[in-house]
Amino acid sequence: MPASKPTDADDRGFAVYVHWPFCLSKCPYCDFNSHVRDRVDQAAWRLALLAQFDHFAGLLSPRRVDSIFFGGGTPSLMPADTVAAVIDRIAGHWPLERSAEITLEANPTSAEAARFRGYSGAGVNRLSLGVQALHDDDLRRLGRGHDVAEALAALEAAAAVFDRLSFDLIYARPGQTPAAWRAELARAIGLARGHLSLYQLTIERGTAFHGTVPPPDADLAAELYEVTQESCEVAGLPAYEISNHAAKGQESRHNLVYWRYGDYLGLGPGAHGRLMLDGQRRALANLRSPEAWLDAVRGGGDGLDGDVPLDIDDRAAEMLMLGLRLRRGLSTAAFAAEVGRPLEQWLDSDRLRRLSDGGLIEIGEGSLRATAAGRQVLDGVLAELLA
Amino acid sequence: MTDLSHIRNFSIIAHIDHGKSTLADRLIEQCGGLESREMQEQVLDSMELERERGITIKAQTVRLNYHARDGQDYILNLIDTPGHVDFSYEVNRSLAACEGSLLVVDASQGVEAQTLANVYQATDNDHEIVPVLNKIDLPAAEPERIREQIEEVIGIDASEAIPISAKTGQGIEEVLEALVHRLPPPAGDGEAPLKALLVDSWYDAYLGVIVLLRIIDGRLAKGMRVRLMGTDSRHLIEQVGVFTPKLTHVEALNPGEIGYFTASIKDVSETRVGDTVTEDRRPTAAALAGFKPAVSVVFCGLFPVDADDYEDLRESLARLKLNDASFQYEMETSPALGFGFRCGFLGLLHMEIVQQRLEREFNLDLITTAPSVIYRVHLRDGEMLEIHNPVDMPDPTQIERIEEPWIKATILVPDDYLGQVLKLCEERRGTQINLTYAGSRAMVEYRLPLNEVVFDFYDRLKSVSRGYASFDYQLADYQPENLVKMSILVNHEPVDALAMIVHASRAEQRGRALCERLKDLIPRQLFAIAIQAAIGGRIIARETVRALRKDVTAKCYGGDVTRKRKLLEKQKAGKKRMRSFGKVEIPQEAFIAALRTGE
Ligand SMILES: Nc1nc2c(ncn2[C@@H]2O[C@H](COP(=O)(O)OP(=O)(O)O)[C@@H](O)[C@H]2O)c(=O)[nH]1
Ligand SMILES: C[S@@+](CC[C@H](N)C(=O)[O-])C[C@H]1O[C@@H](n2cnc3c(N)ncnc32)[C@H](O)[C@@H]1O
Ligand code: SF4
Ligand SMILES: [Mg+2]
Repeated sequence: MPASKPTDADDRGFAVYVHWPFCLSKCPYCDFNSHVRDRVDQAAWRLALLAQFDHFAGLLSPRRVDSIFFGGGTPSLMPADTVAAVIDRIAGHWPLERSAEITLEANPTSAEAARFRGYSGAGVNRLSLGVQALHDDDLRRLGRGHDVAEALAALEAAAAVFDRLSFDLIYARPGQTPAAWRAELARAIGLARGHLSLYQLTIERGTAFHGTVPPPDADLAAELYEVTQESCEVAGLPAYEISNHAAKGQESRHNLVYWRYGDYLGLGPGAHGRLMLDGQRRALANLRSPEAWLDAVRGGGDGLDGDVPLDIDDRAAEMLMLGLRLRRGLSTAAFAAEVGRPLEQWLDSDRLRRLSDGGLIEIGEGSLRATAAGRQVLDGVLAELLA
Repeated sequence: MTDLSHIRNFSIIAHIDHGKSTLADRLIEQCGGLESREMQEQVLDSMELERERGITIKAQTVRLNYHARDGQDYILNLIDTPGHVDFSYEVNRSLAACEGSLLVVDASQGVEAQTLANVYQATDNDHEIVPVLNKIDLPAAEPERIREQIEEVIGIDASEAIPISAKTGQGIEEVLEALVHRLPPPAGDGEAPLKALLVDSWYDAYLGVIVLLRIIDGRLAKGMRVRLMGTDSRHLIEQVGVFTPKLTHVEALNPGEIGYFTASIKDVSETRVGDTVTEDRRPTAAALAGFKPAVSVVFCGLFPVDADDYEDLRESLARLKLNDASFQYEMETSPALGFGFRCGFLGLLHMEIVQQRLEREFNLDLITTAPSVIYRVHLRDGEMLEIHNPVDMPDPTQIERIEEPWIKATILVPDDYLGQVLKLCEERRGTQINLTYAGSRAMVEYRLPLNEVVFDFYDRLKSVSRGYASFDYQLADYQPENLVKMSILVNHEPVDALAMIVHASRAEQRGRALCERLKDLIPRQLFAIAIQAAIGGRIIARETVRALRKDVTAKCYGGDVTRKRKLLEKQKAGKKRMRSFGKVEIPQEAFIAALRTGE
């Protein structure tokens, strides 16, 4: 193998994330940067996204783009020509890998399904659908604007257009038993096209659910998580990350950039980035409010709310927090390259031993990984390693 | 110089809240000791805490000039006494400096436990006692009934008890007249060598140690070289004076008088209460009998919540000690709680007061370990150890027997609550000595292990009697008992701060309760945690904090990582308050909470 070609694990990649902050209604569990607006000045938004890209493209060294992701909010409300304009601008500036993954997050309503071909034409090659539940009553309780039938129709429409397709489900919903989830999941697995994101419901502060919907009891939450792992594993959709399951080769390239702690550029309100600028790894965050961001960028500004350098400790912590989410763990070589010191030197050896004796982590050839048991209590493992 | 026949020295004794401090205020006011603008309620209660809690902690003194109805001028020296059971020692030393006492009884409440205890102490000091029926302004006051009760329960003549209201001032002059006519003047020889009783001493930032004393014989004047006979220390008198209650210089103090001196003394430990002060050049032949030093009966550990406050705590304790010789401390280290101090107190209230003063005046956040008494541990080799820290307990195989202190408690309680009070005493291993009635109030005497009393007995008594029971105690003796050291183990490692000495019959109950509480207080962690109570190698209770089954954030993408990292950094800061046992980190709050609640 030529020395210059990085191994799969060491190649952390580079991605562009584009945030579309608008939704038709606000779901009661959602704390994403999503907003309901009567009118969106589409031309202005398109120009602003391009302008923010141009600003950063000018600052960054040439690089190869592995992935573009349109997230939200509800990016399936974006006009296809805006999506096309953004993709084209990126591809015009940097070489786009032939295999580059271009994902768009879509809500599974009929209106949106009608736009799928447009997105495909714009260059989108992967769709991520927010199905959330295969249960009409629950979809209503989740405040969704679609029922199961409509979601399944959208799924079918998407499958006809995109080679790569994923959908999201939220589990541990109020009243959901392990048996009911097992059945629902079996059905979902039957519908899956190689990738599933299965998120346990989190009651976030500031959402309508907060204080009104109790978080699932710890033991039930554990059981539901275990059901999830088990069902997907036997179906050939093992978890490659805590909440993400894929058939071999179907892993989301984009999200792998995050978890491997690669560089990414964030465009649009509230988008975050991790970029190497002037030889320094920096954490960037855009202004959260759609209007504030738009005004700033239209006025010729960079649209940033925060831009802070990450010191060695920050980077080591972030790399561990992200990397251990992956089944294959994090590459010790990548860690040493990022932090400048070998992982074994960085971490407390007593704690490492205690965690590995307890069967929660494994230190393997060239990697540190959390075991299945360790991933299930990863926040505790990280606190033990880092705090 | 006032001749002896025109001096009266007296104390006011009363159960707490019967109006002692208020009466003192009226007396001072009537005798013009303070301008009315200087008067504030309970002028003698000078410490912030005393004012706030309305109790007198340290004895205070004041000289009153009274122009009596017989046309003559008298000097009345008042020594205020603390009204709480913990401070009976301080009461005693105040009484020793006087010839008589005003016995204040709340005419709406009647005789209470400390009324009795104080009267007994006054009679032991050969005091003439003048009973006063206070609060007659209250509609509920029944002076006649209380007069009878005093005669019946205490057995002193109350026919001339004076009805007063310390609040309105009614009857105050009668009190002053009674002091003049019913109390004996002091005796003493002005020409004899100086002989004075050291009543109290405290530290003042400007003057150094101020020594309060009662002159028996001879004269004390500025420039005199005195000797404190007990400590055999010598000092040159710099200032002599009296309290009016302000510090007021005088030329000299004469027999029968009560006043103070300063002599650039740095440390109160040189001025032992009860010591005899004499002239170095011409010493008195025989020292006074003095008092036994105050002994600590209750001990606990005090630790700073934040380890960084250790030095502050040490300095604060040293400063407190300057004014409170009855309080003692030494350094202690605890794996659970870090660096701190083992402290000894006169009783529970004393402990609480010291703790509050540290928290309040010195702004410290403290952890207090379970209070303990002094056990006498007799070893098989004949040696005897006094132990008040369970950590110091020798191995059970070396122990021949353990003795614990018992008290004689006197409880006065309305008939309606008697049953509850008896039940409480029985639960606490008490044995009844006596039960008598005064009207509808029962007076019960019980022998109780002090150990059971320091453990929230007082709170329980108040609650089962709805606050109507009053309580006083004296240390009685030591008695061998089946006592054991109970350890609490976290993952098989003992947690020193939670160890305790208990009666074998109560160990299991306490052990189980403590394990259950800890189980709820210790958050679930990566690995299961065993919590056990043990006596020696025998486990008497066990609980398990199960391991976390799931603890992972569902979503973590581009922006979430910053938030998560900040969260971890916060946790890291919080770890300063964690203590590690058997490889598990336990929030200090869990120990604090486990220690805080009683049974
Ligand atoms: N009504 C009434 N209240 C009084 C009288 N004397 C004292 N008190 C109140 O009783 C409470 C206790 O008084 P205090 O002098 O502090 O009692 P001590 O604890 O014996 O020093 C205070 O609230 C006083 O205001 C009195 O003659 N009449
Ligand atoms: C950016 S969000 C929403 C994308 C799209 N707007 C939608 O609603 O379908 C991506 C995914 O996060 C998941 N999600 C959002 N809020 C959640 C919560 N509180 N708990 C668990 N999962 C959540 C949902 O499955 C959602 O599809
Ligand atoms: S879940 Fe999706 S559709 Fe619902 S508010 Fe959030 S971003 Fe919008
Ligand atoms: Mg008082």
